[in-house]
Amino acid sequence: MLEADNLECVRGDRRLFAGLGFKLDAGELLYLQGKNGSGKTSLLRMLIGLLPPEAGSIRWKGEAINSDEYRAELCYLGHLNAIKEELTPLENLLAAARLADEELSDDDALDALEQVGLAGREDLACKYLSQGQKRRVALARLVKEKRPLWILDEPFVALDMAAVDWLSGIISGHLQRGGLAVMTTHQKVNIAAGSVRELRLS
Amino acid sequence: MTDRLNLYRFASPATFYPLAGAMIPYFVAVSVVFGIAGLWLGMLVAPTDFQQGEGYRIIFIHVPASWMSMFIYLIMAFWAAIGLAFNTRLSGMMAQALAPTGALMAFLSLWTGALWGKPMWGTWWVWDARLTSELILLFLYIGYMALTAAIDDARRADKAGGLLLLVGVVNIPIIYFSVQWWNTLHQGSSVNLAKSSMATTMLWGMLLMAMCFWMYSIAMALMRVRTIMLERERHTDWVKAELAHIVAGDEK
Amino acid sequence: MLKIITAVISRDLKLAMRRQADIVSALFFFIIVVSLFPLGIGPEPDLLRKLAPGVLWVAALLATMLSLPRLFADDHRDGTLEQLAIAPHPLGLVVTGKVIAHWLVSGLPLALIAPVLGVQFDLSAEALVAITLSILIGTPALSGIGAIGAALTLGLRGGGVLISLLVLPLYIPVLIFGAGAVDATVTGLGGEGHLSLLAALTFASIGFAPWAAAAALKIALE
Repeated sequence: MLEADNLECVRGDRRLFAGLGFKLDAGELLYLQGKNGSGKTSLLRMLIGLLPPEAGSIRWKGEAINSDEYRAELCYLGHLNAIKEELTPLENLLAAARLADEELSDDDALDALEQVGLAGREDLACKYLSQGQKRRVALARLVKEKRPLWILDEPFVALDMAAVDWLSGIISGHLQRGGLAVMTTHQKVNIAAGSVRELRLS
Repeated sequence: MTDRLNLYRFASPATFYPLAGAMIPYFVAVSVVFGIAGLWLGMLVAPTDFQQGEGYRIIFIHVPASWMSMFIYLIMAFWAAIGLAFNTRLSGMMAQALAPTGALMAFLSLWTGALWGKPMWGTWWVWDARLTSELILLFLYIGYMALTAAIDDARRADKAGGLLLLVGVVNIPIIYFSVQWWNTLHQGSSVNLAKSSMATTMLWGMLLMAMCFWMYSIAMALMRVRTIMLERERHTDWVKAELAHIVAGDEK
Repeated sequence: MLKIITAVISRDLKLAMRRQADIVSALFFFIIVVSLFPLGIGPEPDLLRKLAPGVLWVAALLATMLSLPRLFADDHRDGTLEQLAIAPHPLGLVVTGKVIAHWLVSGLPLALIAPVLGVQFDLSAEALVAITLSILIGTPALSGIGAIGAALTLGLRGGGVLISLLVLPLYIPVLIFGAGAVDATVTGLGGEGHLSLLAALTFASIGFAPWAAAAALKIALE
């Protein structure tokens, strides 16, 4: 479903990688590994269509990825939380869903927040939350996320053990429903998936 | 197909660098020849103006500089469009190489305008529609140079600068007409710079000077683009070879 | 299409309402700058009446500039801008929404306070109407053109000063027709011509500028 071919990435004066390719099908998980500065985030930004590759191509279901159709099937979680400090967790979730053109009811959003352990904090502006809690607000998006392709940049950072397990479960569930996921991580986590691929950037 | 390949070949810095280097002396030489001819015609041959005396002769610098300042902006916008449409490296470099010359021309036009204005209108500056537009053009050049200078990543600088140039070129007619409207409304002194009945020798002098400025601008742009190329491609093999060559030449 | 624009507007307005201090300080900046002019040039009513349109308009340009650097910078810093850029609709529509929201919190208050400041300059009733109308009609163009500058300078050092360099020359037509409308009204020529040209500038900027700004944002996000 997701195919990358002969990708090349140049940032500034440095060529981060070249001739990179992979194929990912339904239910599969791709781990991106590599040192800091090896181009993991750049590759993710290519996959979400923000960074045009220097050479090579990326296709989703056989089509080039610069279309609204692709973006409608894509869920990206960057290393920034993409939440607004002034808004409450509930408002953040609802606003993000509206802006991404996703259906999300108030009940679903409240349910998602409860699952990430933010019950009772729905109406507190996010600036009063801790780093970990803010991260959970960002991750709460994934609970009701139905889009098939998830691209996650370091999703486990700033999470405690229980939250790591919970997130692994969410990602496993997504893969079992036939979703795809590409993620970078420094930690070893157990995710049950049909097949796990690894890509090491050096 | 071969044509396309050729174009791409010349658009590559490694090919363009020596080509530009070979062309520069010719442009300089032609510019000097035109300049001497133009100045001779303008300063010595052209008749003294019966109204303006000798002071009018500054138009031989002023008018070509104003023309060039406008042309260069258009050419930069052309390169910007090419660069954004086809993602060629050379176009962004060309636009950036032209900008300082364009700004210099706009400045020269304003300065000579002021020098001319003093004897003609008795004041260094009037809010004449053309002078005002020229001043705004200088601002546009400065904005472009400030933007590209502030962006560290060369590719982003090219693209952002290119976009600004396109926005600028769309706005220039609007700005020009609004300034003109403003000028007629406030009935400022709108002295017509180009006189309708110009002696043929004056026209020729001006054209020769315009050619001189053209050649000068091309030579300057090529020199600057060569420097930009060396700086941007300093990690490529051809630049390393080129630099080694230059260093070896110095040591001899 | 309308759905996404309204979604952006309502989110940005909600954010602005929780940070009212920003709106208020831009407004006070406008008031203070305008009030400084009589102190600088003397309280001569004739002179003030003549200068008022220009002073109010230049102050409006500067007050709009104040809030421009944050137009995209906040969204850029917390990652929201990336999410907007990969949402399944054209980024130009998102920017259109942001431009409209920017005008509602920056341009509209200026228009509302302008008649009060006009009184300081001893403007006649019809001149007060003209200045209010011209600021009301003209400021959306400032937000639109400003968005291009804000997008081009996103994340650059010295972005605020740089925006002024890029954007102020492009504001000149708005200034000319905006201040001209009041002048024409005062001199009895009628300001309708100016106001319709101003409206044309506003429509053109709201229509085109967001797409140029969207292109600039994509460049900045690469």
